Amino acid sequence: MKNTALTDKHIALGAKMVPFAGFNMPVQYEGVNIEHETVREHVGVFDVSHMGEFFVTGPKALELIQKVSSNDASKLTDGRAQYCCMPNEDGGIVDDLIVYRINEEKYLLVVNASNIEKDWKWISKYNEEIGATMEDASEQYSLLAIQGPKAVEAMQSLTPTDLSAIKPFHFEIGEFAGMPEVIISATGYTGSGGFEMYIKNESAEQVWDRVLEAGADYGIKPIGLAARDTLRLEMGFCLYGNDIDDTTSPIEAGLGWVTKFTKDFVNADALKAEKEAGPKRKLIAFELTERGIPRQGYELFNQDEEAIGVVTSGTMSPSLNKGIGMGYVLADYKALETGILVKIRKNMVPAKVVKLPFYKK
Amino acid sequence: MNIPSDLKYTKDHEWVKIEGDVATVGITDFAQGELGDIVYVEVETVDEELEREEVFGTVEAVKTVSDLFLPLSGEIVEFNESLEEEPEKVNSDPYGEGWMIKIKMTDASEVEDLMSSDEYKELVGA
Repeated sequence: MKNTALTDKHIALGAKMVPFAGFNMPVQYEGVNIEHETVREHVGVFDVSHMGEFFVTGPKALELIQKVSSNDASKLTDGRAQYCCMPNEDGGIVDDLIVYRINEEKYLLVVNASNIEKDWKWISKYNEEIGATMEDASEQYSLLAIQGPKAVEAMQSLTPTDLSAIKPFHFEIGEFAGMPEVIISATGYTGSGGFEMYIKNESAEQVWDRVLEAGADYGIKPIGLAARDTLRLEMGFCLYGNDIDDTTSPIEAGLGWVTKFTKDFVNADALKAEKEAGPKRKLIAFELTERGIPRQGYELFNQDEEAIGVVTSGTMSPSLNKGIGMGYVLADYKALETGILVKIRKNMVPAKVVKLPFYKK
Repeated sequence: MNIPSDLKYTKDHEWVKIEGDVATVGITDFAQGELGDIVYVEVETVDEELEREEVFGTVEAVKTVSDLFLPLSGEIVEFNESLEEEPEKVNSDPYGEGWMIKIKMTDASEVEDLMSSDEYKELVGA
């Protein structure tokens, strides 16, 4: 199992460590509910250095990205980032990722830790014909996510860059916490605003310490993966391996907004046909109208107790204090307010289809 | 870690308090710490008579669902219904307000199979 550059820091802080995607990661420090609330109300810092970083460079960089990405990376300008997925050839999704345009011939692709090797092979296969330069920098970079409504104020003293001026899905490369050339990206996986900072491993401990110091007056706390999951689920952000995988299509997963048929990409024709015909099943968000907690793998039923689908993510929402989840259902049941049933152990618990996000500020 | 000496324990990290033929059951301080924030306690076996080791309910933390095993055979005569609204009491006061059920025992001899606090301490390495 791999450690991040910050593993010793987490252990010293008393974190509960768990294996995740081959890494020894902090799942919680103080408790998931307080950590969740800290990010919603104040500011928290996550070590998400397990994420993978690929640089794609050279005159063919954009062509390669356009081939594998569902979104249209030609719309990016320097200093902008874009969420997308990589469709496979069989209707599913290889991974979801963020593409950063550093300059015309230099892009950064940030991928899920569990998929680093798979993605590298996948992109390399298409690069054989295209010939861009690829570098897997995953083991050189650490990633700190500093998330919450106080993130700008709490971090401003650490950088000459005007943090309040960085709009969502934009980034700057500048000095941060005494380190040069940090990628300061206004992105995240919580829905509470903030930044993701890409730093070299050798700088990670110093940056971590200075982030905690600078944030102390704003109530900053270290946040584990358990709260990362409840935060992202309250927003309805897909988690690869739960809500999307090699067998789910971007269309049925509700990722049509990052699937652009204005350009050619892997499996575009089949996905376009699926979009036009309408997918047979659809990823929906639901909340329980009675007490209970939906969990991944629980079955979904219609009012006649006929099976209609399965839960892909579920939790007790710390902000809303009710059971929330996402899951695939037959397209007939995707409409908002549709009443469905979640089988929790031996009980059929009523739920209704709702609009995302679950949590609104 | 708090392991009161006047209680009995099981390998499933439950505590048992015996008063006459009634046993009060909850989960230990060690168990609540391992589970983390408890968000749901479900017990739908009130008035049922169950054998020792049968599942009498479920405790859910944010990321986990765990079965609750009956430490002694008997009838479940009461569930701590305040846990429906405030499951966090299992974290904050596992041996007090976080109690889960009361059992009317059918075989008092089973009590002898429960662990003492010293035996439980050894089990969890406290």
